Amino acid sequence: MDSATTSQVQLTVNGKPVTLELDTRTSLLDMLREHLGLTGTKKGCNQGACGACTVLVNNRSVNACLTLAAMCQGASVTTIEGISENGRLHPLQEAFIRHDAMQCGYCTPGQIMSGIACIQAGETYSAHAVREFMSGNLCRCGAYQNIVAAVLEVAEQAGGRR
Amino acid sequence: MMPFAFQRATALADAFAAAANRGRYVAGGTTLVDLMREGVETPERLVDINALPLHEIRLRPDHLEIGALARMAQVAANADVMRLYPAISQALLLSASAQLRNMASMGGNLLQRTRCPYFRDVTSACNKREPGSGCPARDGVNRLHAILGTSEHCVATHASDVAVALVALDASVRIASPEGERRIPLEQFYRVPGDTPHIEHVLRPGELIVAIEVPAGPHTEQSTYVKVRDRQSYEFAVTSAAVALAVDDGRILDARVAAGGVATVPWRMRHVEAALIGQPLSASTFRAAARLSVEGAVPLTFNAFKIELLPRTLVRALETLETLAVPAL
Repeated sequence: MDSATTSQVQLTVNGKPVTLELDTRTSLLDMLREHLGLTGTKKGCNQGACGACTVLVNNRSVNACLTLAAMCQGASVTTIEGISENGRLHPLQEAFIRHDAMQCGYCTPGQIMSGIACIQAGETYSAHAVREFMSGNLCRCGAYQNIVAAVLEVAEQAGGRR
Repeated sequence: MMPFAFQRATALADAFAAAANRGRYVAGGTTLVDLMREGVETPERLVDINALPLHEIRLRPDHLEIGALARMAQVAANADVMRLYPAISQALLLSASAQLRNMASMGGNLLQRTRCPYFRDVTSACNKREPGSGCPARDGVNRLHAILGTSEHCVATHASDVAVALVALDASVRIASPEGERRIPLEQFYRVPGDTPHIEHVLRPGELIVAIEVPAGPHTEQSTYVKVRDRQSYEFAVTSAAVALAVDDGRILDARVAAGGVATVPWRMRHVEAALIGQPLSASTFRAAARLSVEGAVPLTFNAFKIELLPRTLVRALETLETLAVPAL
């Protein structure tokens, strides 16, 4: 039985097909940052506690740090680099700027990916619902108030507020 | 992290063959990958079982069947689970974060390892990680540790919320191996530490949980899960309670009670149930029954407050159900 400690993985990242031969220990986070140069996704705690590494896998938010790249065979991954269209920022990115929803900015890519998942899930009927859905994204600067305002505004514009 | 081989199983037979070759099953990986990075877990081979057809949630005539690979988020949002087994949905939604609930499988949730910081720190002694090395938690930082089911060798709590709800609701796990399937009540699946805290359950090498079954009953619709935490969200339980009641004309016909955050395994409380059954639905019934929950509890240096907090948690859960109780016609 194969006991190699590398593994081949084929997946789609921001709409582009990717094939890589990786050390089996490589996390999805390290694959994105170190092998594909997509450094928008951040490494905070590297243990699933802070949410800075949040990306969408098959349209669901996950912690890229606790996901092994080898387990993403056939998956479709969306990162912060993949959400703008034709050079235009995603509406939630624009709302983050409008609401000044960041200070140091390190948690921001993860917050935005989680916010997109929150709006898609329809968990935007109150500020409390947004805070609960996004509790896996820590902001040590404490920009929560403005993050929640940005998410609620985009949900309302999209008609997703229930 | 130690190097390891990796393979994907597309059929149960592949998974069993890989497991027999020193393979370790991985589904969501939220516990295992984290502990591998800490050096607490050191598997030589990971067997990715996500392609196995074990993702479905089905409502059967006399039970709910949850595939072992169903994700926590998927089960929590399932309409049948929300309507007929609300305690299960609530326990899941009060667990972890949205991201982790998307990743973690139900089978993996049941098998998650304790959050005891001494277990997770390889520079520390721990009888669970290294049998015979000692238990620094007994006289250490033990505010979040167990008061029930402990031994001199281990006082770590079981961290799963949904396991508490499942134990309360008489759930069983279906376990597969090359020899076939067997079914075990979840309550009997877990082992209290005794003098072998490294043995946490009755799974034999290579066996795989394939499904969770929860029987139907008049009590399941009136079930709830209450969790007390140190912060409002994304935190493990300090104490928790899963309760279910069948009520007729203001009298309790049947009851299910289990507690989390306080015990070394999800802790079913049949003596509390017995004190509820046949009694009127009232605050004094709840308080008298809840007081029994801490009989035999052994507090440590920093967690004696749980002796007060656990009965109060149970009363709050029972009162939550009381407000929902509609007398049968």
